[in-house]
Amino acid sequence: MTRSIQSVERATAILRLLAGAAGPLRLSEVAGTLGLAKPTAFGIIRTLRDAGFVHQDQLTSDYSLGDGVRHLHRSGIDPHDLRSLATNWADALASRTRLEVLIAVPERDGARIVHHVFRPDDSEQELRIDEVLPFHATALGKVVLAFSAGIASPSPDLERYTRRTLTQRAAFDVEMSRVRERGWADEHGELTPGVGAVSVPLRGFGGLGVGAVAVSGPLERVFHTVGAPRDGIVAATASTAAAISRSLGVHA
Amino acid sequence: MSTVIAAIDQGTTSSRCMLFDRQGRTLSLAQREHQQTFPRPGWVQHDADEIWRHVRRLVPEALDQAGVGVRDVAALGIANQRETTVVWDRTSGRSLGPAITWQDTRTADIVAELVARGEDERIVEITGLPPHTYFAGPRLRWLLDRRPGLRERAADGEVLFGTMESWLIWNLTGGVDGGVHVTDVTNASRTMLMDLTTCTWSETMLDLLDVPRAVLPTIRPSGEVYGTCVGDLAGVPIAGAIGDQQAALFGQTCFTPGDAKCTYGTGAFLLVNAGTERPRPERTVLPTVAFALGDDAPVYAVEGSIAMTGSLVQWLRDSLEIIETAPQVETLARSVDDNGGCYIVPAFSGLFAPRWDPDARGTIVGLTSYIRKGHIARAALEATAWQTWEVVEAIRHDVGLDLQSLRVDGGMTSNHLLMQHVADVLDVPVERPLVSETVCLGAAYVAGLTVGYWADLSTLAHHRHRAAVWRPRMDPAVRAHESSQWNRAVEHALGWVSHPAQPAVP
Ligand SMILES: Nc1ncnc2c1ncn2[C@@H]1O[C@H](COP(=O)(O)OP(=O)(O)OP(=O)(O)O)[C@@H](O)[C@H]1O
Repeated sequence: MTRSIQSVERATAILRLLAGAAGPLRLSEVAGTLGLAKPTAFGIIRTLRDAGFVHQDQLTSDYSLGDGVRHLHRSGIDPHDLRSLATNWADALASRTRLEVLIAVPERDGARIVHHVFRPDDSEQELRIDEVLPFHATALGKVVLAFSAGIASPSPDLERYTRRTLTQRAAFDVEMSRVRERGWADEHGELTPGVGAVSVPLRGFGGLGVGAVAVSGPLERVFHTVGAPRDGIVAATASTAAAISRSLGVHA
Repeated sequence: MSTVIAAIDQGTTSSRCMLFDRQGRTLSLAQREHQQTFPRPGWVQHDADEIWRHVRRLVPEALDQAGVGVRDVAALGIANQRETTVVWDRTSGRSLGPAITWQDTRTADIVAELVARGEDERIVEITGLPPHTYFAGPRLRWLLDRRPGLRERAADGEVLFGTMESWLIWNLTGGVDGGVHVTDVTNASRTMLMDLTTCTWSETMLDLLDVPRAVLPTIRPSGEVYGTCVGDLAGVPIAGAIGDQQAALFGQTCFTPGDAKCTYGTGAFLLVNAGTERPRPERTVLPTVAFALGDDAPVYAVEGSIAMTGSLVQWLRDSLEIIETAPQVETLARSVDDNGGCYIVPAFSGLFAPRWDPDARGTIVGLTSYIRKGHIARAALEATAWQTWEVVEAIRHDVGLDLQSLRVDGGMTSNHLLMQHVADVLDVPVERPLVSETVCLGAAYVAGLTVGYWADLSTLAHHRHRAAVWRPRMDPAVRAHESSQWNRAVEHALGWVSHPAQPAVP
C-alpha cells in the first residue's frame, strides 16, 4: 500500500491557499490557517520559494504565488542565469581540457547554445551563442533529449548531415538508451566531419535536466583512435556539470 | 611540485589570494570578506588591522589548498583597491583611525577649499588629477587634522601613511620589526601628492595639503623586490605591487600603447596603455601610471571611470523589480528588438568620465506608450555601451589613441547582448580572456617578471587565450544615429540639480 506523503500534501495546501488569497500572506497566517507549526510551514514554504512556486516580497517578507506556477510547463532555468552561474566553471573546463566548452538548453527543435568558451589554442573561432543544434546529430542534443522535461519534439527528424549521422530510427533509439544508461553522450563527426564532443546533463531543482554541457574539438583531441574519449575528459565534464548543478540549487 | 607565484588582491569587500603556475593557470583561490562601515552619510571605511589579519592567513590557506609549501613560492605580488588611505603607528604597529576608502566623500570640504583657492590648474599640472574626494592625499590631511598632535608625531617619523599595498608590505616584511615602508608608483599616482612627470612626491602638493614628508613611503616601481616576508611566509620575496585597475590592465597583457581593457562590475574602469610619455588629456579622462618594471621608464595609461553600469542593472532588479536577477536583464531585453527610442542616462550621483558633472542626474528620455519594460532593460544595457563609447571617444580625441580591440573582464561580461552592443558601438572586436581573475593575474605577472619566473612580456602575452570574441556588426548609419541620440539624452541629464540660493537667516 502506498501512503501519501504528508509534506507534499501540505505543500499543495499552501499553494492552494496562496492562490486563493486576496493578497500576500505572512508566514504566521499561512501556518495558522492550515494549523501547522510555524517551523514546519517555514520549511515547506522556503522549499517552494527556492523552486520558484512561491514569491517572497523583499521588503515585507510576505508570501504569494510565484511565477513558477504560471510557467509550470517551462521547467528550465533562465538561460542567462545559467550562463552567469556557469561561466567560471566553463572557463576552468576549457583550460583543463584545452577544448571548446558549450552549454545548451532544450528547445522545441534542438539544443540551443547559451554559452560558448573558445578552445584555448588561439585558432580563429566564432561565437556560437543562439545556434540550435539538432537532437540526433550532436552530443548536446542527445543529452538534452534524454534528460530534460518538456521537450515538444521527442522524436526528431533524422536528417543526414554527414556520413556518420544516425538516420535510422532503430539505431537512434539504441543510441538514446545508451545515453540514458551511462549518463553522457558523445558525437563522432555526426554534424560536422572531423568534429567530436562529449556531453553530460545539467540538473536543476529536484534533479530535473535543465540543459547540457559539452566539450568539443577536433575528433583526435576528444577521442582515442579506438573511439573511447581521451582520459579524464568525461570525468572533467561531469564534475563541471555537477559543480554548475550545485550552484543551480541541486542538493546532491 | 614546481614553483608557483602567489598574488594577493586586497579589494573593497574582500581580500583574496591566488596561486598561479608557469603557464599562468590558476591553482587555488582563498578569500575572506572584511567589514565595511558607514558611520555617516558619505563615509565608507574599513579596519586596516582586520584586513591585515585576514591577508596573513590567506596566503597559507591558498598554499594548503594547492598542496604547495612556502618554499615553493617563487614570489608574492600584491594588487589593491586604490586610493584607500591608512595611517599607522610605527611603534605599536596599529592603525591610527579608519582605513578611509575610495568611495568616501568626507574630504569634500578640503577639496572645495583647494578649488576655492584657485589651485586646481596647478594641481592638474603637477599630478594630472583634478581635485576630487576620490584621491588619497586629502584623506591623509583629514586624518592628520583629526587627531591632536598627530601631525607633529608624523613630522617626527612616528606615524606612517600608506595606501593598502604599503600597509601590507610593511606588515609582511616585519612591521614594527624592520617593516619596509614603500608604495608602488601606480598607487602613488592616485594620491594627488605625486608629480606625474617625475614620479616623485611633489613639495608643492605636500605644502598645499600640509603633509609632513616623514609620513610618506618611498615611491618604488611596481615590479621590484621590496623585501622578504617574515613569519608564516618567511623567505618569500615581495616582488610586485600595483593598483587593482592597473593590475587588470597588466593581467590582460595590455603592454603596447593603444592596448585597452575595461572591467565591467558595479561601475566600469577603462584603461588604455599610453606609452612612456606622460599623456595630457583634457579634463575628460585621467592620466595615471600603468606600471613601472625595475629600472625601466614608467609606462603611463589614461583611465576613464564610469560610475554606474552594473548598479543600474541592480536598480532595475531591486527598485523597479522588473527582473529577479541581474542576468535576467538580458532575457527581458531580448523580449524586444531594439530600444524603441528610449534612452537611460544613469547619472544617479552625477557623471564621471568624460563629463565629470556632479550635478547631472538620471534621466529616461523618449518614453511613449509603445515603451515596455523590455525597452527599459535594453536601454539600461545600451547605457553601459554608450558610456564606454564616450570614454573611448575622449581618449581618441584628447590623446590620439585609437583602439584596435577592447579586452573585457568583470561580472557583466557574462551578458552576451551587452558585449555585442559594446563591440557594435565601439566598432572594434571585444575580447574576453580565459582567466577572468585579471587583477590577481596582473599582480602575479608583475612579481613573476621581477624574479625571472617569466622571462619577458612576450612570454606572458603567449599565456593569454581568448575565451570569446564579439565582432562589430552594426550598420554605420545606425551607429551614427544612435550615438547622436545618446548625446542628446545626456544633454538632458547634465546640470539637473539646482542649487537654490541659501535662504536668508532670519
Ligand atoms: N549577466 C549580467 N548582466 C548584467 N549585469 C550583470 C550581470 N551579471 C552581473 N551583473 C552586474 O555586475 C555587477 C557585479 O559584477 P562584479 O561581480 O564584477 O562586481 P563588483 O562588485 O564591481 O566586483 P568585485 O566584487 O570583484 O569588486 C552587479 O552590479 C550586477 O548587477
